[in-house]
Amino acid sequence: MAIHRVTLSGVTHTFAGLRELMAKASPLRAGDELAGLAARDATERAAAQYALADVPLARFLAEPLVPYETDEVTRLILDTHQAAAFAPVRDLSVGQFRDWLLRYETDTAALTALAPGLTPEMAAAVSKLLRNQDLVLMAHRCSVTTRFRNTLGLPGRLAVRLQPNHPTDDPHGIAASTLDGLLYGCGDAVIGINPATDSVERVDSLLRLIDDLIQTYRIPTQSCVLAHVTTQLRTLERGAPLDLMFQSVAGTEAANTSFGVNLALLREARAAALALKRGTIGDNVMYFETGQGSCLSADAHHGVDQQTLEARAYGVARAFAPLLVNTVVGFIGPEYLYDGKQIIRAGLEDHFCGKLLGLPMGVDVCYTNHAEADQNDMDTLLTLLGAAGVNYIMGVPGADDIMLGYQSTSFHDAHYLRQLLGLRPEPEFEQWLEQMKITGRDNRLLPVASAHPLLSGGRFAAPT
Amino acid sequence: MNLQPSMPNPQPPGGSASDSLNVESSALSVGRLPRDPWAHLRRHTPARIALGRTGSSLPTRELLSFNHDHARARDAVNAPFDAEKLAATVRALGTEAVALTTAVPDRATFLRRPDLGRRLSDDSRQRLAGLARDPCHLVLVISDGLSALAAELQVPPLLAALLPRLHAAGWKLAPVCVVRHARVALLDEIGASCRAQLAAILLGERPGLGTADSLGAYFEYEPRPGRTNADRNCVSNIRPGGLPPAAAAARLFQLLESARRIRSSGVALKEDPAGSPPTPTPELGASE
Repeated sequence: MAIHRVTLSGVTHTFAGLRELMAKASPLRAGDELAGLAARDATERAAAQYALADVPLARFLAEPLVPYETDEVTRLILDTHQAAAFAPVRDLSVGQFRDWLLRYETDTAALTALAPGLTPEMAAAVSKLLRNQDLVLMAHRCSVTTRFRNTLGLPGRLAVRLQPNHPTDDPHGIAASTLDGLLYGCGDAVIGINPATDSVERVDSLLRLIDDLIQTYRIPTQSCVLAHVTTQLRTLERGAPLDLMFQSVAGTEAANTSFGVNLALLREARAAALALKRGTIGDNVMYFETGQGSCLSADAHHGVDQQTLEARAYGVARAFAPLLVNTVVGFIGPEYLYDGKQIIRAGLEDHFCGKLLGLPMGVDVCYTNHAEADQNDMDTLLTLLGAAGVNYIMGVPGADDIMLGYQSTSFHDAHYLRQLLGLRPEPEFEQWLEQMKITGRDNRLLPVASAHPLLSGGRFAAPT
Repeated sequence: MNLQPSMPNPQPPGGSASDSLNVESSALSVGRLPRDPWAHLRRHTPARIALGRTGSSLPTRELLSFNHDHARARDAVNAPFDAEKLAATVRALGTEAVALTTAVPDRATFLRRPDLGRRLSDDSRQRLAGLARDPCHLVLVISDGLSALAAELQVPPLLAALLPRLHAAGWKLAPVCVVRHARVALLDEIGASCRAQLAAILLGERPGLGTADSLGAYFEYEPRPGRTNADRNCVSNIRPGGLPPAAAAARLFQLLESARRIRSSGVALKEDPAGSPPTPTPELGASE
């Protein structure tokens, strides 16, 4: 373990190893303070960033932050690292890598080719040196396209996950919120329900409810019920119409164990979803959610800062060719991300790191009521992510998730972003919205008549 | 199931907020904007559906309703908590009570340092050791947690229904501990200090947008440092619009009786006698 030294204004700062250096170079956030990993003051943080800028990128291959021997996520990251893809930046330091990224010549093709050559730790390291504008600019230059029943992630497009949760999973309530979202032109990323109860029967019935809707109205989208992966696997034994396999993942083996998953189980789940062959134009069948602070929350952080661990969760996700990945950035609470400023920074970091690593990143722009944040902070983050080319955001009726008890983004918010930045729904869904007379050619919402097929069809029924 | 129109006069999603503002009769009435023709579906869900739009943006009425609900939730998180007053309320119910403090100095620290909310201040630790001399069946802890409003509103009616049941069933109780700035795991220390067979805490849950006054009840058998969520059970959403306090008291009493009978809590306590399974302890961002 190397000692990193830097002398600034006559004061010498020392950092023992990459783990300490990364943590102290990380922009201030509550979770690192809670874990006792944060820099003791702003000057030490600035010094750590100086020292981090001098670390060769290749050093991250030689000095794992979480031990290779005891952590399967580290083994996954290092064993699948592609040296040929890494070659263009192999000799650069972290600081030089920032300069390399921001050159005009580093275009989308170069970034796409680089992704398999980067480890999550390298992405995290450079992100700590990036200003918010750098995070926006570089993420915008990345492009990650995925397919199942439609095409997500094309430039100039913004998709929305329709999130029609209900406190008791009432099928009428979920159906009502789903109709609301569709009539507001949202749902192209996925119609994804967080169930209040993680039971096989419940998940099975919700999958059938949404599948019936998608089939009846030939909606070019996919469904998901965000239960535990083992619950979803059991619904397949009952013949449930499962499109996407969901799981929350984290950046260490121990944290994933606390979630009740490991890499072998995720491989099994993906194989089961692929075998259904329900995707019509692609086979990206996985949906992952992540969030800074989950490892600390599970007491499984190994002394590594929460932003680096979050990037390692993307290292897990990318091994499974997901359709969708999103960071639920402000959900975890103020002990991890204290206020709007920290949530905004974390959202931009997560989106950048995920995109740089080649993932189809969405962001749940959100906060809880005990965080020092409000809807104005979410507007700021939403606008920045729109500029950064986020693949998708959440669409929750009125931004108020009545089951999970937090505030996210609304259908109205999605239209704000589309209107402001000229972003469009993904192409197949855009065409469907026009056919259904929900939006006009300019993607503006049309008045909905009482006799609209979605309201008068009578086919949108829960299973009996 | 068919979602055809049948309710001509749906409630606005803002509920009581909109009512108290008398929005329907004000100049901000949605009447000037077209109503979404699926507003009748609101009877199926408390979600904010069919809000209408101006352009594609939120109508002013809905903006104000949201702001008001968020303000209520924020104020619930930051509201002062009068532990002495609540202790006096408990004494008036005929049960000994004591006001204690955790290691948390102020509200901002409470939100950032959940670890400090899981242990008593030095003064309170000594005071409790002096009060609770004999082993007991149960120690009850009350805290503001993340909503002082919830503790203030729901604890008195809940205890008024719970304490007589406990006394009638012969439960020996330690003094009720009213503790400001506590997290769920404070149960471990207080329960161990009181040599209690069971420890239960009633505390304000993280306020949702429409539920600023929701109380949670958590308990564990053989409380001691190192207990985890897997060792605990929870009755949540205690408020008039959710699980009313008197009903929560009945359910909690049954669960406590079951835990004593099977000498365990948490995952081992799978079904409560009423037939509905105990709510699992929430994971992230909750009161623990």
